[in-house]
Amino acid sequence: MVGQLTVNERKLAFLILILIAVVGLAMAITGADKLFVVHGLIIFLSALGTIFLVISGYFLPPPDIENAKHYYDDPTRAGIIIAMVWAVFAMFIGDWVAWLLAFPEMTFDAAWASFGRLRPVHTTGIIFGFGGNALIATSFHVVQRTSRARMPDNLSPWVVIFGYNLFCLLAVSGYFIGITQSKEYAEPEWYADIWLVIIWVTYFILYLRVLARRKEPHIYVANWYYMAFILVVAILHIVNNLAIPISLMHAKSYSAFSGVQDAMTQWWYGHNAVAFFLTAGFLGMLYYFLPKQAGRPIYSYRMSIVGFWGITFFYMWAGSHHLHYTALPTWVQTLGMTFSAMLLIPSWIAAGNALMTLNGAWHKVRDDATLRFMMVAAVFYGLSTFEGSFMAIRPVNALSHYTDWTIGHVHAGALGWVALITFGAIYALVPWLWKQKRMYSPKLVEVHFWLALSGTLIYVFSMWNSGIIQGLMWRTYNESGTLAYSFVQSMVEMHPYYIARAIGGLFFLIGAIVGCYNIWMTVRSARMLAGAPEFETPDLGIASAQEIKAGEQA
Amino acid sequence: MNFEHEMLVGFAKSYGLFYLLALSLLVLVYTYWPSNKKPFDRAARSIIDDEDRPWE
Repeated sequence: MVGQLTVNERKLAFLILILIAVVGLAMAITGADKLFVVHGLIIFLSALGTIFLVISGYFLPPPDIENAKHYYDDPTRAGIIIAMVWAVFAMFIGDWVAWLLAFPEMTFDAAWASFGRLRPVHTTGIIFGFGGNALIATSFHVVQRTSRARMPDNLSPWVVIFGYNLFCLLAVSGYFIGITQSKEYAEPEWYADIWLVIIWVTYFILYLRVLARRKEPHIYVANWYYMAFILVVAILHIVNNLAIPISLMHAKSYSAFSGVQDAMTQWWYGHNAVAFFLTAGFLGMLYYFLPKQAGRPIYSYRMSIVGFWGITFFYMWAGSHHLHYTALPTWVQTLGMTFSAMLLIPSWIAAGNALMTLNGAWHKVRDDATLRFMMVAAVFYGLSTFEGSFMAIRPVNALSHYTDWTIGHVHAGALGWVALITFGAIYALVPWLWKQKRMYSPKLVEVHFWLALSGTLIYVFSMWNSGIIQGLMWRTYNESGTLAYSFVQSMVEMHPYYIARAIGGLFFLIGAIVGCYNIWMTVRSARMLAGAPEFETPDLGIASAQEIKAGEQA
Repeated sequence: MNFEHEMLVGFAKSYGLFYLLALSLLVLVYTYWPSNKKPFDRAARSIIDDEDRPWE
């Protein structure tokens, strides 16, 4: 890893890390509350650990001049492995939370193990840890290939990966010890938010720089989706996290917005996080890896462009459907509802385009579990976007809101669409990047596929059932006009579904663990086979990236 | 305050509508412009056989 950096880049890496370490140390020393001190120490130790890594490779010979003639894939390799580590960690927490809902005594009377703290660990770990790293890793791959250009420098991609994972680590460790600004999917406090802005701008500029170096005149559509993901997430993150810290030495801050404006800003952010983090970026993945794996160009390039503009412009207005029947003005609710319904068009354009691409390649879908991952992802994308448009309609929302139906819907998207397309892309990428003909075991890919699919179906069906029962019980009145069921009665009814959901989640988690093993064995056999691997320094490459990960998590 | 709110709503309901219509039109014209078909088809095919190294 360090061996790939030029001597100047090694110096720069060293300087940046010293700077981060100093900031972390300053936070730890001056911190006025204990939580802030802990985060200062985490920043300091992460930087220090990475400094040792840089020093260990500092005096290696400068990289081969021939490297410039190849794509720079080490950051992608590291990103994939880190993403899989996050996946297993966050899915484990997710399943724990699921069991916790069925058996509440599993908190062990510990504050850190309470539902309110574990739940954001799960959501952040999955969305940002797993999803974000997978997006960053695949975007590095796609932008270089489609631009036919190498990264402009070797350091920036590492800054993005290190910095982004430091952010995720601050977020997740913060929830355990009780740091949160109580905004869903935007829980980290102000200093972590500022750090993410720096990293995200670096990422955006890096992406633009690769595009600026492109030898291919046309910018392939997958890049448009990745760009929308990077740009809009930056805007969302900055606006929604505008806040004043109570002091520069405290973790706590207060939002710049209040009341219904705060709620609207939060759900403008929240729904667009779904749109641009969990949809646009992964559509970029779909538009590159699905045609590539199927060996057929996308069915209609034109449809992909129309779909792109539809998604980017409609989604922006849909957030207010999270606030139906609240203090938000009715016309804003109606606006959100209308745009959510219209969103079905570009969403189904994308899903249809993906499935039509497979027309003529169905035998490949049958034989190749990797392609099947992507196919089923497109189906779930179509299903969950239909469901989403439907649930955004106000009277439907009256039944579904605050019930498990929402959880089912989110997981149809997160498990069925986001995770499956990611696994598909990773199973396609790993053999390409580690120069293998195929994964270590195609049978295990098959096993993972069926575990993931059955887990998703069990999860989604149990949540549909429990959600609708819940919704109906909460709105059933008796003859005297009062509620027929108490809240506790509805909870008792949920118990069997919660157990089923936890089992479905367990299937999904086991699938991800099987995937990790398969990826690990593929990487290992690649190392054993490779006499002189093109990507050099295997000792300092992926293995060391993983060590930092392990060190950071400890 | 009321004035501001009314103004914003009016702006959103008028300008917002027309800019969205104009944008949709622009996108459709760009996408279905006949001479754009060739580069689009080429772009769609280009990823299928990308080589394993950047162009010189």
